[in-house]
Amino acid sequence: MDSSRPSDHVSNAPTEPNSSGVNSPELGLVGWLRWIWRLLTSMRTALILLLLLAAAAIPGSVYPQRSADPNGVTSYFQQNPELAKVLDGLQLFDVYSSVWFSSIYILLFVSLIGCVVPRAIVHAKAMASTPPATPKVMARMPAYQLVDAKKSVRAAVVERAANLLKRERYRVVVDGDSVSAERGYLRETGNLIFHLSLIGVLVAVGFGGAYSYSGQRLLVEGDTFVNNLAGYDSFSPGAFFNENNLTPFSMKLDKFEIAFDNNVNHKANAGTPIDFRATVSTKSSPTAPAQTTLIRVNEPLELPTAKVYLTGNGYAPVLAFSDKPCKNLNGGVRVIEGPFSYQGAVPYLPQDANYTSLGVIKLPDAKPNQYGVLSFFYPTAGKLPTGALTSVYPAAISPQSSLLTLNVYAGDLGLDSGIPSNVFSLATHGLKQLSGGKTGVKPIQLLVKGNAENLPNNMGCVAFTDLKRFASLDIDYNPGQGWVLLFALLSLAGLVLSLLVPRRRVWVKRVDDGFEVAALARGDDPALNRIVQEIAQELSSKKKKKDKDD
Amino acid sequence: MISMPRTQLTVALNEDLSQVSLYFIYFAMALYTVAFLAYVWHLSQASSTLKAVRKGASRIERGAFILLVFASAFHGIGVILRGVAASRVPWANMYEFSITGTFLVVAIYLVSWFFVRDIRILAVFLSGFVLLVLGIATTVFYVEVKSLMPALQSYWLVIHVTVAILATGFFNIASAASIAYLMKGSNLVQTSKLRGFALTRRILGLFPDMTKLEKLAYRFNIIGFILWTFTLIAGAIWAERAWHRYWGWDTKEVWTFIIWTIYAGYLHANATRGWSGKRSAWLAVIGFCAIIFNFTIVNLFFKGLHVYSGLK
Repeated sequence: MDSSRPSDHVSNAPTEPNSSGVNSPELGLVGWLRWIWRLLTSMRTALILLLLLAAAAIPGSVYPQRSADPNGVTSYFQQNPELAKVLDGLQLFDVYSSVWFSSIYILLFVSLIGCVVPRAIVHAKAMASTPPATPKVMARMPAYQLVDAKKSVRAAVVERAANLLKRERYRVVVDGDSVSAERGYLRETGNLIFHLSLIGVLVAVGFGGAYSYSGQRLLVEGDTFVNNLAGYDSFSPGAFFNENNLTPFSMKLDKFEIAFDNNVNHKANAGTPIDFRATVSTKSSPTAPAQTTLIRVNEPLELPTAKVYLTGNGYAPVLAFSDKPCKNLNGGVRVIEGPFSYQGAVPYLPQDANYTSLGVIKLPDAKPNQYGVLSFFYPTAGKLPTGALTSVYPAAISPQSSLLTLNVYAGDLGLDSGIPSNVFSLATHGLKQLSGGKTGVKPIQLLVKGNAENLPNNMGCVAFTDLKRFASLDIDYNPGQGWVLLFALLSLAGLVLSLLVPRRRVWVKRVDDGFEVAALARGDDPALNRIVQEIAQELSSKKKKKDKDD
Repeated sequence: MISMPRTQLTVALNEDLSQVSLYFIYFAMALYTVAFLAYVWHLSQASSTLKAVRKGASRIERGAFILLVFASAFHGIGVILRGVAASRVPWANMYEFSITGTFLVVAIYLVSWFFVRDIRILAVFLSGFVLLVLGIATTVFYVEVKSLMPALQSYWLVIHVTVAILATGFFNIASAASIAYLMKGSNLVQTSKLRGFALTRRILGLFPDMTKLEKLAYRFNIIGFILWTFTLIAGAIWAERAWHRYWGWDTKEVWTFIIWTIYAGYLHANATRGWSGKRSAWLAVIGFCAIIFNFTIVNLFFKGLHVYSGLK
């Protein structure tokens, strides 16, 4: 297709490859390359690539993507291991970085460059040259009017038309008996800005992504994060990321608060979170003074070299485990005695909207044998019709309403094998469950903090000493995103110009009995006929006025 | 930020008022039903072979238009009351998005009615569509007023979603024009000898000619496309603040992108020989189907971050 035309110009039949050329040896390498280049830069190819791109994006919304939902991919592999392997071979879990998706958009951008660059040259030439000559047969133009006029009007019509069109910001050329005018060069300028800015967006996305990093860190109230690779729970760097670029800031989670709607009159609404607030103290360097700030969901902490976002939260009961049995005090109160095989806050992952939370504790140092614990925390415990425990409200509605249960599993935890294991899950296969579930032994239940309870089989004592919250924080750095935004806004501006600025040519020509007005638009122009009428009226009526004045 | 005192634990929700809002929506639906039937009646009369019957048709159309105006007034009050009941903008879940979105579609139509003559005949598509959406919204999507989840507490909710709704409204009207265009151009409709098609032909005769319908669709689609581009950019800016990245191929982002690409294809098709006309009209219809798909199936059944239906 003729790539020098504006996109809104209905193009001529595509330049078909020479029908004999396909199997003609004379075509040669250069000929082939030229043919491929023409094919690639044609509007039809761009259109088909666009539609292909739309279709190719669909599977990414159907199958879980490693970039957006890695856990979804893992569970897909667990549920359909055979199918998952096939899908993975087709890169359907990495659609947007797959070979086939990438090749479509790369081809599209090559096509775009091949189309836009020649057009920019043509447009630059058009800007520098004068409007095209008046057509011989004006009546063939899509908007046309013939006006009968007196001799006096006819005499002045060319000069007055030129002045009128100049006032309307047309570019005007007078050629004997006619005026040729053109306006709306911004339409094509906007079109070029739009397409070139899309290239800018792509480049900025690429470079920004290469130098970016994104890391996650879970902080329990009171914990401090220091910005180095060891400080992250998970970290995904871009291709050009350099560890030395991490600035040594630190951040302490002072407290984390949640506001729930606690109006019980809102049947549908009680217990929905209204606000999450993480109060943090940051230091830009180990010696700098600490600054306290608030991070909320839509209000990340903006540091000079990174942004910190609040992405999740939950409860972190502080537990202590000892190999010695609990000590009984007067009045049936039990307390734990050291030394402790484990002591500290354990982040429990919320399982539902009411924060029924699951925690895992692994005690490789317990004596005589190591064991693991699967524990549930119910901020306000209630019972399901099945008898199972659940949480009925996301916070404790009274000091006695919370409940912590523990199921103990004895056996080798597999921590000494050297294979990294997930701290949030306990592989119970191969372990012997000692309490809860089908064991017949009731799970250990700890109401409210301060309680202690004996473990089964005289394994020792566990105590629930305090309740804290944790916050999941995302620490992100992307130097490209400002550029992405700039180019995106530029492309929007270009789009508005290219779709809304009318580009039209207007001609006025003196003829025997009066004058003719005609106009031609590039693309759709709802005002074309009106413009011709207005110009015709203006050129004939103004003279009448003047007559009266005379 | 949406105004929300930081220490207050409850939001002023008014469930009684939201009931009143629902009654207004129901009443508007009743009026839309009558208006829709009146428009159908108008089409059947105006397409009659008898001159005397045709004469009375314009009076029916005027009556239907007045009904439509009243319906939209009740509809608008229902939307506003819902916002007051929730003390925030009324588009934070699918029910609210549906009632606000359809109201804006009608509003865009009513405003355009005065400027674009060709659009008047599309009322039957419009009232039927609005009625259908409201029917689904009040039965399937309905949820009680809820306070805003923290991720939605942002002024971007006002900017991003309003523009998305507006874009949808323009695309919606354009798709009606494209459907009429395709029906007019369909060989089956134009040549079949079955009696039903004869009536369809006469009804389609009332619509503007194909060139006008094509231009109408194009003009509404370019406005829709500009607004959709803005929606996409505004969404990315908001995602950067709320979800720590400006673009992450979340299912909703994917579909916003797909829709943008389809309409970009539509614009290119309009300038490509062999693709303008029927094929580009099909693209416009497919684009609008993708919007409906994005709003219903993707919202309800696809896993992603935009889980705002409020349904369980």
